[in-house]
Amino acid sequence: MDFALREEYRLVQQTARAFAIAEILPQAARLDEEHRFPAEIVRRLGELGMMGILVPEAYGGAGMDTLAFVIALEEISRACAGTGAILAVNNSLVCDPILRFGTEEQKRRYLPILASGREIGCYCLTEPAAGSDAASLRTTAREDGPYWVLNGTKSFVTNGAEAWLAIVFARSEPTEGSRGISAFLVEKDRPGMVVARVERKLGINASSTCEVRLEDCRIPRENLLGSRGQGFRIAMHTLDGGRIGIAAQAVGIARAALEDALAYAQKRVQFGRRLVDFQAIQWKFADMSTRIEAARLLTYRAAWLRDRGSPHTLEASVAKLFASETAMWAAHQGMQVFGGYGYLRDYPAERHFRDARVTEIYEGTSEIQRFIIARRLLEGGNP
Amino acid sequence: MNVVVCIKQVPDTEQPIRVKPDGSGIEEQGLNWILNYYDEHAVEEALRLRERHGGTVTVVCAGPARATEAIRTALAMGADEGILVSDPLLEGTDHLGLARALAQAIQRLSWDVVLCGRLATDDNAAVVGPALAEFLGVPQATAITRLEVGEGVARVEREVEGGVEVLEVQLPAVFTVERTINEPRYPTLPGIMRAKRQEIRTLTLADLGLAGAGAEGEAARVRYVRFDPPPRRETGEVIRPENPEEAAERIAAFLRDVAKVL
Amino acid sequence: MEGIWVLAEHTAGQLRRITLELLGKGRALADARGSRLVALVLGHGVEPLAGPLAEHGADGVLLADHPSLASYGVEAYTHVMSRAIHEHRPWAVLVPSTANGRDLAPRVAARLGAGIVTDVEDLWVEGEQLVARRPMYTRKAVGTVAFVGDGPRIAVMLPKVFPPADRQEGRRAEVRRLEVNLETVPVRTRVVERREVRRERVSLVEAEIVVSGGRGLRGPENFALLEELAAELGAAVGSSRPPVDSGWVPHDYEIGQTGKTVSPTVYIAVGISGAPQHLAGMSGSKYIIAINKDPNAPIFQVASLGVVGDLFEIVPRLVAAVRRLRARA
Repeated sequence: MDFALREEYRLVQQTARAFAIAEILPQAARLDEEHRFPAEIVRRLGELGMMGILVPEAYGGAGMDTLAFVIALEEISRACAGTGAILAVNNSLVCDPILRFGTEEQKRRYLPILASGREIGCYCLTEPAAGSDAASLRTTAREDGPYWVLNGTKSFVTNGAEAWLAIVFARSEPTEGSRGISAFLVEKDRPGMVVARVERKLGINASSTCEVRLEDCRIPRENLLGSRGQGFRIAMHTLDGGRIGIAAQAVGIARAALEDALAYAQKRVQFGRRLVDFQAIQWKFADMSTRIEAARLLTYRAAWLRDRGSPHTLEASVAKLFASETAMWAAHQGMQVFGGYGYLRDYPAERHFRDARVTEIYEGTSEIQRFIIARRLLEGGNP
Repeated sequence: MNVVVCIKQVPDTEQPIRVKPDGSGIEEQGLNWILNYYDEHAVEEALRLRERHGGTVTVVCAGPARATEAIRTALAMGADEGILVSDPLLEGTDHLGLARALAQAIQRLSWDVVLCGRLATDDNAAVVGPALAEFLGVPQATAITRLEVGEGVARVEREVEGGVEVLEVQLPAVFTVERTINEPRYPTLPGIMRAKRQEIRTLTLADLGLAGAGAEGEAARVRYVRFDPPPRRETGEVIRPENPEEAAERIAAFLRDVAKVL
Repeated sequence: MEGIWVLAEHTAGQLRRITLELLGKGRALADARGSRLVALVLGHGVEPLAGPLAEHGADGVLLADHPSLASYGVEAYTHVMSRAIHEHRPWAVLVPSTANGRDLAPRVAARLGAGIVTDVEDLWVEGEQLVARRPMYTRKAVGTVAFVGDGPRIAVMLPKVFPPADRQEGRRAEVRRLEVNLETVPVRTRVVERREVRRERVSLVEAEIVVSGGRGLRGPENFALLEELAAELGAAVGSSRPPVDSGWVPHDYEIGQTGKTVSPTVYIAVGISGAPQHLAGMSGSKYIIAINKDPNAPIFQVASLGVVGDLFEIVPRLVAAVRRLRARA
């Protein structure tokens, strides 16, 4: 077992950190305040190869792996969790399934554009009545000559407002449940694909969360991703990777909470001493740092398993559960260090608090993660 | 236009630097080793020369084995080739010894311009650049803020006290660059993958034909005796005046009575 | 003319202040070793400088006077200085840490195989050894370094660290002219233009007082406030990094890890929070006065006098207060 990051991963970390600190962090508060999509930052992330980290060089990507992805994502999310969400979705929920399940033609058509950052993608699985229970989705895909015709409503679509390509899950077969679902690639300019609403929300405001409606949306037959009825498997495998990404995003947010609180405590003086000189405050930092370290190692392990092609559903859930709850807890502690100022918009603590919350909810709530972990235990897996 | 860039791996001085209790050096544990900031600008300037004039960019670095990471950073930015000069005999050498070894490594290449950062942020010496120029027998300009290369001649600007000097320097030449010369690019992820596949040649003093030629540590003319933490500043007084008039009076009084500069 | 040498830098017929600082330190070293203090002057028409050099402590003055030395050029200067050191074998040579001194000294050291230490902020004799102290790691450590072995020792000395030598009227020195022959020296660098940088009454690194502005100034127009204060104090104006990054002031204003290092007698930080990267460039100042409205600004931790308040209200009144005091004095 070797816990030292290899040289290329350290370089990824350095470059992502340098870019995040110099180019993203100074804008993070304003992006949040104005709910603004960081178009220029996304374009530059594309130039750096960070919008297509897993995409092979032949398709215009970086040709790296999940470990490189989580390392970069942690750094970007430390600066701006919303930008982290945009990057996470494009890499793990859009490029990854096209890479794993797409035809050669589909890879050549979509990946170079998505990896370049010129355009981004979104992932349409959840529906108003099918959240955690994704297998009950009701969007339909009907065959009509050389076309598929899609109808339905998708909710909580990250990047929905800006995406050029959507991966849409719809029921194409008469069977109920998970077996009747297929995945489709839908370009934004297809008639019948409508961004119905941009949601107002608590955090990660640099990224959009949308409701997307499909109204007799016609797409060519060759836009089927994978095979008919394979959609649910694609969705679940993709979410395993997505959850590792959310874990990395959560680690980044937790680190932001720690680092900002630490900087503040080093200069804030009360009772004639700096806050960091009080043991009560020091212990908070020690606990935050310890949990962040553990969350990062769990995240790295899940990424490592995925890169080896080993089963990792359980490990992805463990990482996502622990990292997201660590982020929320660290943001809470961080705000406490700031005291009253932590509650004000002028300081970063409340942004981290708002940003952390979603990591416990999206790409599988903490309850779903616990369900997955417990089920494994009940099936007689190793505790 | 073939450009050689001399780089150095240094501890990230934006992070805490702690002196060992026995004063023998700084604590190396937990240090983050990076490409010297000034050298990033030198690499960037070299890449821009290549973009304008063609040719190659070779980075040369003297240091221990871990310094390959700094070389790979430069390769990931876009440099073509990397060479590490590494030898236990260099331990304890001074800047002239290093410059001798680097000059010898550079002599074996085909080059028109050598670029260095103005200084390295670990020891702030700013000695290797001009010493290299001397050993290579070429002209130099240090701390340049602008570089334009023409036919056999470069036009550079350098800051001097109270002004800017514009110089014409015949090539080949050595230049050390100031950080204002450009904004360095970030290494890209595909660049990092390319750099990973590139072979970095390692040269020892024997490879360079320099064994016993004065580059070794034992030939050094200066030797560090000890290191100390910086002297602590005496904490002063922080006041919250009632009004701006009082503030101004207090500062003026300080200038006259304490600093004695009025 | 062995002993301790000082390379005397001069401009417009005057010795630079740093030359006087080095003469002061050089005198102390020469006395400690019981040897002579010699000033080396390169230039054209520099003979009138011999008097002031003697009056500031030089026992001997070596003049290298030649039309080709009228302005600094690395090749001619390296040649002349190296020859002089080679022939006269000084024990140590003190070179000012100026743009030209830093350009020249390493090259001379390389030519002679001399020991060289730059950024020297203290220098003393221990037995037969010359020992220097210098800031390192962006002032997060201080290194003590000894010259070893035989042969010349070159110390490049930081400005504003040593007090300038006192003038002793009527003091005389032995003046000798060096033979300067530059025929064999290739000249491959040529100064084609010199641009004075506007404002600088005093250069930032040489100024006794520096007035410096940060993000708190809110815009380029407000640097006029600092210019006014600086004019009143005879100070130079600098800045932290944000005003430079925002394009309010030119790059050469920047003080800090990525800019200049200054160590004036008084550093007045106006609207500067005091990030480590800025402190790296100014914490060597003797007195630091900070004006900032945020009582938690880290600059107050290094300030000799910290004033919590609105710079826009305080600075104009400070200009008036300084004017009054000066009128009285």
